[in-house]
Amino acid sequence: MTVEEIIKNGQQVYKKTELMTDKELSYCPGCGHGTAHRITMEVVEEMGIVEDTIGVAPVGCSVLAYEFMNIDMQQAAHGRAPAVATGISRLWPKKVVFTYQGDGDLAAIGTAETIHACNRGENIVIIFINNGIYGMTGGQMAPTTLQGMTSSTSPYGRDVERMGNPLKMTELVAQLPGTYFVSRHAVHTPGNVRKAKKAIRKAFENAIAKKGTQLIEIVSNCNSGWKMTPVKSNEWMVDNMFPFYPLGDIKVDGKLVEK
Amino acid sequence: MGELKLMKGNEAYAEGLIRAGADGYFGYPITPQSEVIEYLMAEKPHERTGMVVLQAESEVAAINMVYGGAAAGKRVATSSSSPGISLKQEGISYMAGAELPGVILNVVRGGPGLGTIQPSQADYFQSTKGGGHGDYKLLVLAPASAQEMFDFAGLGMELAFKYRNPVLILSDGVIGQMMEKVVLSEQKTRLTDQEIYDKYGHWATVGRTGGRERNIITSLHLVSEKMEKHNEHLLSKYKQMEAEEVRFEEFNTEDAEYLFVAYGSSARISQKAMQLARDKGIKVGLLRPITLFPYPKKKINELASQVKGILSVEMSQGQMVEDVMLAVEGKAKVAHFGHVGGVIPTPDEIVNALEQKIIGG
Repeated sequence: MTVEEIIKNGQQVYKKTELMTDKELSYCPGCGHGTAHRITMEVVEEMGIVEDTIGVAPVGCSVLAYEFMNIDMQQAAHGRAPAVATGISRLWPKKVVFTYQGDGDLAAIGTAETIHACNRGENIVIIFINNGIYGMTGGQMAPTTLQGMTSSTSPYGRDVERMGNPLKMTELVAQLPGTYFVSRHAVHTPGNVRKAKKAIRKAFENAIAKKGTQLIEIVSNCNSGWKMTPVKSNEWMVDNMFPFYPLGDIKVDGKLVEK
Repeated sequence: MGELKLMKGNEAYAEGLIRAGADGYFGYPITPQSEVIEYLMAEKPHERTGMVVLQAESEVAAINMVYGGAAAGKRVATSSSSPGISLKQEGISYMAGAELPGVILNVVRGGPGLGTIQPSQADYFQSTKGGGHGDYKLLVLAPASAQEMFDFAGLGMELAFKYRNPVLILSDGVIGQMMEKVVLSEQKTRLTDQEIYDKYGHWATVGRTGGRERNIITSLHLVSEKMEKHNEHLLSKYKQMEAEEVRFEEFNTEDAEYLFVAYGSSARISQKAMQLARDKGIKVGLLRPITLFPYPKKKINELASQVKGILSVEMSQGQMVEDVMLAVEGKAKVAHFGHVGGVIPTPDEIVNALEQKIIGG
């Protein structure tokens, strides 16, 4: 029986969103980026906003996000995506503008652009993939690298005395009056994928309602950079990343969530 | 004649943007050009035309807001002065690579580093030879009056869209700060959303409408052969600019035995120097390049056959003089005269330099 015959018989239970292209992903097998791309595009498709959505890709592993997301997209200079998104959103206030950025892009070189876009309350969605490492350049220490975590530029583990502390950008921007919905998720299990997608949808809805800046962090694995198998990297993420970057809502409807 | 107004050069640029139907301005204060954003904020262009004005957190953010807006088919501009323009170079290189239109004003002050807030023309190399990384050119307009600060806002926008390339207006602290009368042209209407879809929908990221293929704005080409092709395509645009956009102004060149070449405020001072020299019986003319890229090479080469010597006058240690020499091709003697660090040359000094470096030298 061919795939076409199965579909003809009404057996199809799942279909790749048309807002993902057929281009082979450039991500390492086991990486969370592909899932994060897919659920973002599913949200755009399900909300029926493809004609009004403009995405901004970063520099880093997801620099080629525009090759995979089948919507109008711009590629921004390293860290500048929130400024680029500000320009689009201010000039096309009826459009839905989102950025898709990694932690090297958003939390290091783009710290100023991120904080100020959030502080102005730009009506944009920021999807922030945090894997605690610079993946594309080969696994160097990022601002988000955990204490003691090894990387190619912290080969003996991050020594906070000499290398500084990991930065919780999401908690930081939640303090700013311009942010409305700030939430941290993961995409390593079906349950987590569903929750992350729900949060992304809420973020898009809030941006359309002009509620201010929406930031969804997705804590992800980097099996290549972490030098682990995909399975092992997800286990390591649960044991080490989640305690420092706990999942859940940080700010909802403009109010910080009591912990 | 249109409406007449006494304005600073910086204010004239700001008013020029509004009247040219610009959609947005993103800037950051720096002396000596802060009047641009101050004027725009005071004028409330969002009420006059719907134009967006935003003070960014840095020059870096401002040029990237320009990138985003331009990539979405909007007519956007920024302005700064030398240290701020250095910060914008990353974004300008990305704009040139991604083929984005936009207008950038540099009201030049003395450098290097933090330098001085006084006028200078020491950013010539940065403006005309690239500025940021990679093989690219900006179309560079050099205003010499408040009127041209006004006019070039609109002209710059037009050329930026004609070539889908950033246009740099290379001004200086004299032209930005001095007040002159400006004839204000009629208000142009901003393009409607539909007009933007129709005119730029084939490349701009305005949302994937009507089931068309997606539009992508990027400067990334990972395959070497594709990158080279893209570079060749950019080069073909620069060649077209050289064929179609050379602009200059001539004064007393018909009978000239000597020639001043100067742009911007140096051209204004050289005009006076030319009169003083002629009073002394020295037949000197002036060529004022209006476009610094493309440079009026052909015209200077022609004049080099006619004159005995050329003095390039610039508030730098000798940057434009290299382009003059390249254009002259050894046909006439060429020398540079200028002051740096914010010191402005006087007409007498220019005449003396002509006598010593060219006539007697």
